[in-house]
Formats: sequence, structure tokens, C-alpha cells
Amino acid sequence: MKTRRLTEADISALEIGAGILGAGGGGNTYLAKVRTREIMRSGLPIDLLAPEDLPADAAVVPLAGVGATLVGIERIKEGREGVRALRALEQHLNFTADAIVCTEIGGANSMEPLIIAVQAGLPVVDADGMGRAFPEMQMTTFSIYGHKSTPSAMSDPHGNVVVFEHAVTERWHERMVRATMVAQGGSSTLALAPMSGTFIKEFAIPRSYTKAMALGRAVLGARTHSRDPVEAITALEGGRLAHAGKITDLKREISGGFARGEVRIDGVDDFIGTRARMSLQNEYIALHVDGRLEVVVPDLIVVLDAEDGSPISTEMLRYGQRVAVLVLPSHDLLRTPRALDVVGPDRLA
Amino acid sequence: MLRIGVDVGGTHTDAVLMDGRELLSSTKAPTTHDVTSGVEVAIDSVLSRGGVPRSAVAHVMIGTTHFTNAVIERRHLSEVAVIRLGLPAAACVPPMVDWPDDLRAAVGRHVHMLRGGHEYDGRVLSELDVDGLGIIAKHIGEQRTPAAAITSIFSPVNDAFERRARDYLLERHPALRVVISSEIGQIGLLERENATILNASLLELADRTAVALDDALRECGLQCGYSITQNDGTLMSADHVRRLPVLTFGSGPTNSMRGAGFLSGLSDAIVVDVGGTTSDVGALVNGFPRQASTVVHMGGIRTSFRMPDVQSIGVGGGSIVTERGRRVGPRSLGHRITDEGLVFGGPTTTATDAAVRAGVAHIGDRAAADVIPPEVAATALETIHHEIERAVERAQTSSTRVPVLAVGGGAFLLPRRLNDLDVVQLAHAGVANAIGAAIAQVSGEVDRVFDMDGGRNAALDLAEEEARARAVEAGAVPASLELLERDDTPLAYLSGSARRVRVRVIGDLEAPR
Repeated sequence: MKTRRLTEADISALEIGAGILGAGGGGNTYLAKVRTREIMRSGLPIDLLAPEDLPADAAVVPLAGVGATLVGIERIKEGREGVRALRALEQHLNFTADAIVCTEIGGANSMEPLIIAVQAGLPVVDADGMGRAFPEMQMTTFSIYGHKSTPSAMSDPHGNVVVFEHAVTERWHERMVRATMVAQGGSSTLALAPMSGTFIKEFAIPRSYTKAMALGRAVLGARTHSRDPVEAITALEGGRLAHAGKITDLKREISGGFARGEVRIDGVDDFIGTRARMSLQNEYIALHVDGRLEVVVPDLIVVLDAEDGSPISTEMLRYGQRVAVLVLPSHDLLRTPRALDVVGPDRLA
Repeated sequence: MLRIGVDVGGTHTDAVLMDGRELLSSTKAPTTHDVTSGVEVAIDSVLSRGGVPRSAVAHVMIGTTHFTNAVIERRHLSEVAVIRLGLPAAACVPPMVDWPDDLRAAVGRHVHMLRGGHEYDGRVLSELDVDGLGIIAKHIGEQRTPAAAITSIFSPVNDAFERRARDYLLERHPALRVVISSEIGQIGLLERENATILNASLLELADRTAVALDDALRECGLQCGYSITQNDGTLMSADHVRRLPVLTFGSGPTNSMRGAGFLSGLSDAIVVDVGGTTSDVGALVNGFPRQASTVVHMGGIRTSFRMPDVQSIGVGGGSIVTERGRRVGPRSLGHRITDEGLVFGGPTTTATDAAVRAGVAHIGDRAAADVIPPEVAATALETIHHEIERAVERAQTSSTRVPVLAVGGGAFLLPRRLNDLDVVQLAHAGVANAIGAAIAQVSGEVDRVFDMDGGRNAALDLAEEEARARAVEAGAVPASLELLERDDTPLAYLSGSARRVRVRVIGDLEAPR
């Protein structure tokens, strides 16, 4: 299989790009970046594989970390949770994985598959199941288009491994995974049932890593050459600047396990005299400008620091910040009636 | 009560003598290499000018950048045995993994990871590896490492293993200085661990500094005690600073903002402190600087200190003017301005010279500034105003309009209004930082995860009790304690009864006996 080897510069770009595609959520990429970098410095290669180069019958395993951010920054991973989950799944189903695929390119879960793939000696498919970040596991194009994600296997830092044999729906799977994750101390890594190369080609969002790294490089490049990072991003992704201004009101609370809230922004420059309102639920969900709905999930609402273009997650929002709000179109796979039933405004907003 | 406030900056050591809320005298002296002789000169001068008997001084409050600079310059740091308890968790990210090489070398490379640690709900993660501690104790003996930093996973929830490990090492090496992370910081393993290591590496310097400051006070004929200001604008005793020197990080800007608030009589304002090379802009909320909510980088590493949220912009009195005034700074003459600036007979056009030319400042040889074309001076001031305006805008904390307080040697660079906000030029603005030190109070804080099984209020009360006890331990009068913050947040994705609780109380320093 033809692959592309990643460099440390790629990982630095991915850190920023994955933050942008997190659309406000997806967790912190710093620790994941440090882990990935350490692995690279130990001389192990990380190889990216274009989805079209996957054999039709390849067995591709989706992998993701699940857990609470606060646990993730304190009880940091042991490091081999993912590969243990993968091996347990292989043994349970009696198959051999050919490649790893990312479930969520937005945030920390963009890097977890890279780390596990290196440990398992497998390539990572340049694709993912969200093209962004979403709060729950069943919100992947894999689940939406009929992949049954059980049997699955989950492991924690201690070495405990749980196999989920069968869930009657994807939502049931999510519910059981969450309960087990709490029992395992609030942070675990999950390997989902394998998909075929053919399924990935049809239903995975393609070129996710390429896209995230290009976004990151655009921001880094704009910084180096004192150009506007916001322009650099919109130029690249067919997105547009939907609002720019200063945060004048901020409400956040945690209910039902989610961080929910609302932000108000007073316009500046081209947007002077206008007011924007954003609702959030782990990610940015909807943007209204002067009372008119401007954009809503599954399209990506990206909030950037107006100065240096770094992505601002919902937990980093602060009163008085100067921000630019960008809209990036979501992939067509997320805009079908079937997808909107799971990740559309009726479900999330 | 008569107090002396001292601020030891990079260039100047300032001192003020205050009787209650009244400023009796103030002075500026050069900061000396050994720090303490500059302090001695400043205190001596402020006492002579104040005309009060030395025996009447009740307390001295000192703000210093000494420890911050030691880290930034990698000087005076001792080697540290770095011990993390928590295996198998966090094995993939060893201690100091993201540190600059020179700093890692300065604290030695004695890194150990052992089993231990707790889960978020206080359960044991893995039992403490006592045999492993034995091996580390042997290493410490062989290599004569003077200090140890112990960090256990989720120690802000349960610090039992950190204490046990500390007791174990002290039993074998009674002279070893041991720091445990639960005394230093909050949840966030790497950031707390980093701060704990830095603290351990500063202990020898803290000892020397504390003794030297004590000597300096005696040399000045003072019999009173002294305290050091910490990053949240409150005081710690000399003994406390010998244990927790890292808590002084960031106290400089805090003192300056608190002093500005005191001088103006305002508790909510934006403070702009214009120095020689940079200006610091921050917000004062309820009399205290707003604290940064994000990770703070110190000497190139991530830490989680409660630091004031201050933006430093590259514009000050010594900033060099180029491009016909369209560019001011970040290059600066710094303290060389008194030799090289136009109005001081030098060849270089600075922000100060532009201000003199425009008639907003009266410094040095006015005529020497006439070589600047008037439109260049005007453009330079506009450039400066624009830069500061942007920083002020970012610092505004609410839609309520608050005044801008101008302090520091270059305060004249500010216009009368900024972003529709009134600019207040304060008298004695040059010593706002020393005044901030002189008016400092004492606080106690708790920030950790509590189990709410016994009810939310019971947990919050328990946290408040702990915070009060900490404040009293730090020297507060129990009856004067006031609640500053008391809030709790649930942990996302974890149902159940664990919540993060943060309580902060503040009170007056106990008058010395």
C-alpha cells in the first residue's frame, strides 16, 4: 500500500488544524501532540494512507479516546490502551487489522489513531467519521450509514479490557461505553468493529488529515509572514467569515454531562453595528447575526483569536476576547436526511 | 499601623512608607546585583524622608521578581530529584518531557516514575511502590541531591501518597528539602508537576534570600517582621516563601495594578503600566487583577499558576521611533534612554522624545526634540495610542465602562481618552507597585475535587473551612476573613457526585506582637 510518512512539522500543523476542525470541542490537543512527537523522536514512522489506495477487503478499525477532559489532563494515558483494545478485538473476532481510521478529526482524537497505528505497525487512513468534532460516538458517518460498531473493545491505563459483544443500537453502545469509562476511572480508549475498505471509500469523510494539516500550515504560514490567518483559512476551505467582533456576554453551565451555553459578540470592522449570538453544547451549535440564523450544525462554526488565528474552544472563551467567527461547510455525507437525523439542528441545537 | 512597601524590579527598587492609608514618603533606588543592598538603601531612604522612629514600623511588605528571574535566566537553581507517583498511568509522558534543554540541565536529570496515585474519586490508582522509593532514596544519598519534588496523580483529591513518600524520604535524609505537588497547584498533572519541580529547585535560593532580607531589615534598624507578596496580590510570611517561592511569580504586575487601584480609590478599572520597553495592560476587578484562565508559560514551560491576566505590548518610554512615526517599538533604548535619547543629548528618537516634541511631556532638553518634524511626532503618538487602545480593548472585562489608570514612568504617553474611556493620571504612579505591596492582605485558597455525597453545602463548607485555616496559617486575623469566591462546577462526562470546588478567603495581616 502506498503511504505518506508524517514529519514533526506535520504534527505541529495538525495540532492547530485539528483544533480548527474541532469547531469549539474535541478536547485539548497538547498532550496528544507531545505523545505523538515523543513516538516520532524514538524513530518510529507514522504513515498515512489515501482511502482510494485501500484494498476493497481491507479490515479497517476505528479508534478513539473517550473520557472527561479533566481526567485526561491529570490521569494521563498509560500509552498502550489503544493497542490493547485493538489486539483484544482482533483476538475476539479472529481477524487481523490492515489499517486504522480516525473517528473524529476535530481535537485530541485526531492524534490517538496515529499513536496506536505506530504501536501496532499499521498505516492510518487519511479519513475520519466526522470531519469535525461531535459530542457522541453514534455521530459518525460510519454509524449513520449503517456500520454496527459492536463488537468493540475498551481498555484503561491499568490494563483492564472490556469487550462489548452487542448493542441493539448505536446509542445503546454509547451509553454502555460511557458507564464503563466511568468505572475505568474516567478516561479510556476504544476500538470499534472493523469496516471494509469499500465501506471506508464510500462513507468515510476523505482527506481529513490532509485538510487539517493544510489548515494548520495556513495559520502558521500567515503568522510567519504577518498575513491575516483568517483570510488564509477561508481561502483554503471554501469557508467564509461570518462575523468578527468582541465577546460581550458569556454564559456556560454543565447539564446532562454537556457543557452548554451562549455567547454574544458585538461586531467590529466590517461587522460594526451588528450583534452575533452563538449557542454551544460542547461544540458551537448555531450562529445568529442580528436575530437571523446564519449557520447551524452540521456546518462548522469556528471561533478564532482575531490576532493570531488560533482556534478558541468553548472552554477557552473569555469576556472581551476579539474573535473571528468562520463558517466551514460540512462534508456532503453529513447533509443527507439520514445524517441530519443524527447530527442536524433538530438533534443538537 | 506603619508599614513599608518595597518592590524589587529589574532596574529599580522602590519603597514607600505608609501610615494606614496615608502615604508618608516614597523613593526609587537602583536594584543591586545582590538585591538586598538595594532594598537596604531604599528602606533607609524612605525612613529618613518619612521622619518616623524606626521602632514604630510594624511590618515590611516586599514584592520581588528575584525568583521569576532565576528561572528565566536559569541561575541559582538547585538540582531536584523528580518523583512521579501514578504508574501505570502517564507512563507515555515522562516528567519534564516538554522542557527546554537548558532548564532541564539546570535541575539535573534525576527523573523517577513509580506506582502510586489516585483516581478522580479518591480511590487508589495503584498502591505506593515503597521499594521504589528505597532505590530513589539511595540515589539521592549518592548524588547528594538537595531537593525532591513529588507529584502523585490526583493528589489535589487525595494527597496521602505524596505525604507518605515525603515522610519516607525525610526519614532517610533529614536535610533533604521535599516539595509535594498538592501544596503547589491544581488538577492538570504536567502543569502542577512543572511548578512543583521549579519550586523545589528554588528552595536554596529562597533560604538565602529570606535570610538576607532579614539581615537587611536589621541593618536598617528595623525590629519588625516582613512578608513577601504573591501572584494574587496577597502576602505570605517569610517562612512560607521559604517553602513556596514559586508563588511569587507574577507578583510584580499584580502589585502595580493593586497600587493603582488604591491610589485612585477604584476597585474596577483598566490599568496601563508604561515602562521603558513595554507596557503592561490588565484589568482590576473588585480590587484584584483578573487572573489568567489559561495555561501560563514560565521560562519556556507550561505551569498553572494563578497569574494576573496581563498583556505586555512592546511600547514604552524608550521605544525607538522609525518609519516617520508609523512604527514605535518593539526595539527600545531601555535604561540607555538617559544617554542616547534626543532630549538627553543622544542621537536616537524615542517615544519620549516624540511626546516632548508634541508638548505632552516636559523632560530633558526640550529644544533637542525640535529636530523631529511635528507631523512625525504626531504620527508616533497616534501609533502608540492605537497600540495601547487595542490592548485596553482586550483587557475590558465587562460592558460596564471603567476608567483607565495610567501608571509607570512613561504614563505621559497616554492620551486623555482611550476607546471612549477616561484616562486617569495618578499622582505617585511611579511607586504604585510598592504601594500595592504595602496594602497587601492575606488569603487562603482551596481548589480541588470534592465528593458531594454528603450534600453540596456540606462539601462547600468543608472547603471554606480549609481555606480559612490556610489563610490563618499564612498570618491572617481570623475575625477579618472575608469570602472572595465560593463556587463549584460538575465534571463534564462524569455523572455522579464529584465536583470541582474553588473557595478563596482574604483577611488582614495579623499585627506583629
